[in-house]
Amino acid sequence: MSWLDIGAVEDIPRRGARLVKTLYGCVAVFRTGDDQVFAIDDRCPHKGGPLSEGIVHGHAVTCPLHNMVISLDSGLAQGADVGAVVTYPVRVEAGRILLDARRLLRGTAA
Amino acid sequence: MKRKLVVIGAGMASGRVLEHLLAAEPENWDITLFNAEPRGNYNRIMLSPVLSGEKTYQEIVTHDDDFYAQHKITCRFGEAVVRIDRDSKVVHTNEGSVLYDKLLIATGSAPFIIPVAGKDLPGVITYRDMDDTQAMIDASGKAGAKAVVIGGGLLGLEAAAGLKARGMEVTVIHLMGHLMERQLDPAAGYLLQKDLEARGITVHCKGATKAILGSDRVEAVVLEDGTVYGADQICMAVGIRPETRLATDAALQVGRGIIVNDQMVTSDPDILAVGECVEHNAQLFGLVAPLYDQAKVVAATLLGKDAAFQPVQTATKLKVTGVDLFSAGDFADAEGREDIVFRDPARGVYKRLVIEADRLIGAVMYGDTGDGSWFFGLIKDGTDISQMRDTLIFGPAYQGGTQTDPLAAVAALPPDAEICGCNGICKGTIVAAIVGGATSLADIKAQTKASASCGTCTGLVEQVLASTLGDAFKMPAAQPMCGCTDLTHEDVRRLIKGRALKSMPAVMQELGWKTSCGCHVCRPALNFYLLADWPEDYTDDAQSRFVNERNHANIQKDGTYSVVPRMWGGITNPRELRAIADAADKYAIPAVKVTGGQRIDLLGVQKADLPHIWADLNAAGLVSGHAYSKGLRTVKTCVGTDFCRFGTQDSTGLGIKLEKRLWGSWTPHKVKLAVSGCPRNCAEATCKDVGIICVDSGFEIGVGGAAGMDLKEIERLAKVATEQEAIDLTVAFVQLYREHAKYLDRPYKWIAKVGLDWVKTQVVDDPANRAALIARFDLSQRIYQRDPWADRATPQAQADFAPLVDLTREAAE
Repeated sequence: MSWLDIGAVEDIPRRGARLVKTLYGCVAVFRTGDDQVFAIDDRCPHKGGPLSEGIVHGHAVTCPLHNMVISLDSGLAQGADVGAVVTYPVRVEAGRILLDARRLLRGTAA
Repeated sequence: MKRKLVVIGAGMASGRVLEHLLAAEPENWDITLFNAEPRGNYNRIMLSPVLSGEKTYQEIVTHDDDFYAQHKITCRFGEAVVRIDRDSKVVHTNEGSVLYDKLLIATGSAPFIIPVAGKDLPGVITYRDMDDTQAMIDASGKAGAKAVVIGGGLLGLEAAAGLKARGMEVTVIHLMGHLMERQLDPAAGYLLQKDLEARGITVHCKGATKAILGSDRVEAVVLEDGTVYGADQICMAVGIRPETRLATDAALQVGRGIIVNDQMVTSDPDILAVGECVEHNAQLFGLVAPLYDQAKVVAATLLGKDAAFQPVQTATKLKVTGVDLFSAGDFADAEGREDIVFRDPARGVYKRLVIEADRLIGAVMYGDTGDGSWFFGLIKDGTDISQMRDTLIFGPAYQGGTQTDPLAAVAALPPDAEICGCNGICKGTIVAAIVGGATSLADIKAQTKASASCGTCTGLVEQVLASTLGDAFKMPAAQPMCGCTDLTHEDVRRLIKGRALKSMPAVMQELGWKTSCGCHVCRPALNFYLLADWPEDYTDDAQSRFVNERNHANIQKDGTYSVVPRMWGGITNPRELRAIADAADKYAIPAVKVTGGQRIDLLGVQKADLPHIWADLNAAGLVSGHAYSKGLRTVKTCVGTDFCRFGTQDSTGLGIKLEKRLWGSWTPHKVKLAVSGCPRNCAEATCKDVGIICVDSGFEIGVGGAAGMDLKEIERLAKVATEQEAIDLTVAFVQLYREHAKYLDRPYKWIAKVGLDWVKTQVVDDPANRAALIARFDLSQRIYQRDPWADRATPQAQADFAPLVDLTREAAE
């Protein structure tokens, strides 16, 4: 693992997301209502919608384009929908968000 | 020969160590007990009852002078240890030194002081020991004295309740969105706040302390948002950190706390540590139960016995008389976890159980915590709850039965079981009504009043109907708002108004939401209802809005946005057009299009560019066209009498006036207007939400047109003689729609439900009601009529709209 400090938890609005731009596409970093942080690909498996702009509820986000609901824990589509997005290891230490950047730079996001 | 034990700190943990040690080996130890406070061991967690006057200091002393004398403990109270010399095994104070064979560090924790101006003024205290408590008691002696408690956690709220009990005027300032956020979820935090407010304590959440004011002692606190609270006494209770200075200076291994192994031994084999100052397996400890467990292990280790500290789950209760609150385990949302939520709005009860893999792992309860210890036992023991899952939330009294079918459960209820809490209607009354001929929910409501107030028991009443009537009763399929509630949009709107619910947690608690924080269907609707009904009380929640309204631009299928500047009544000029052309060049806009509403659309803007392009357009006097909002979109006009040879009135002028009055208002769905200067209708007013056709004798106002999924011509609301009347009726109509329609119903759908006749009685026939609607609209506009572009054309917004990090650059290097 190579943990990269990408910012403070407070940089992300509660029940919101911010982006990490990579060579292989954007990663959406979410902060849920209970202040947990998750990182997933910012592309809905349905039609590529920017998940970072969806409404966050519990540990899930609803894609803003066509309302597919994605679990932030597993990256899997919820309910009757089928699909998955890549999730990335992320942790919080002393209020800072650490993202496993090595995996990102290597390009599993592609 | 006796062994020399030196103990630094006479707190609850070290007191317990001494008890265990002396019980096993009363004669083998020569003990010296240091305490920085000028007193011995007392029960620190009982300081709250001392503060509130329910107990005295003497009652909370755990070890008195007799205990120390009997065990020949050398007490050096009020004498602070300043240094540990590990090589010579000596501790030093400013008055002398003591040798040790074994040393126990029990220095506890120190309160955190927020580094703001004025923090050192007299009158600012923390809440940690008897001296702090005494200082607060002394301060409360002054008549009419005001106290501000900074920190709405466990300790801060106990301090607040104590000070209030002593007769002070108390305000709690809390940085987070709800009280006790480490122990409670927002729903329980809401109930707690309500209880404290009912006791006369002012609670200010999301409050960041900016400075403490005063010349020679505290006078006031000022917050970042500009609020000022007068204060004679300030209690800072924002958190604690392990007191590790002595250990750090002695070069012991220290992380966040003094690091100990399972035997409670530090990195020096002759030095042990216990209590809030230690860190064990990366964990700190603040509650008393694990500290007592540690004390047992410390004593065993000193006695040369095998023992290992294993932290156990702990539960929290707030020691404020009359506040019933319980929290245990882990109640965060996570994959594979399920919630069971129970709410009883009438009694102010909230219970939430968190289940993972058939085990209960967390519980939060408010208002009725009688089953807390039973749930806590299930959590600690990891009991498999799959067999009792359906009735788990009702507690141990309901276990053992097998009634999992809700209908069977209702059928089995005795006649005196209460069904409707609001009106106190029991099952027998409802059954009697059914026997007497009632066959529907409406009959029951009319005859018994059951489910006629808050509506939460509607489902139960229907089950009573079903179980009594059998197949003769068909369960109605009312369309609930979403999976989070059984209530319809109309019910929710009515209850928000009728019961003065002014925040999202208030709605979810009082109306019995089944999820902890709603979903993408109910949150945008609730956000609108609350801001429309309580413009002065509710704070708009951007995170409960669809992306377009959060980012003030329309998202496109590729994730870019469209930007539409407002053009009042469709009128523009060369200066605005140049600014739009310049912006299109500067931001390499891929497409520029004229919209159906007579505006110019810049398509394909990157999100990070939005605040910048807004700033440029703002500089030319252009504001947001709200082409993305559930709100006023555009007022289309024709050129009217100014140029047209057929024009009968100044349709452009009226369109501009309407747009200037209505822009920025939020509505249940988008609202489009048009004003045509003659019946030839060049502005296509007859398919708008409000369409005005000018004629020689005045203005024909039509409402409820549509030209989208449905095609519908407007219906006549009224014909008026003057432009002012046309404006008044339009504003009143829009406000009526804002106050009554279901979220995402366009006016034509709403009118179909309530009837145009009713709309006319409200808007046209009753001038006083019309004036009241207009006044409420104008009040809302005072708060919401702001240009969102100007608000966001700032460096802060520019940073917020940009990616957090750009790794493409790092990778290239």
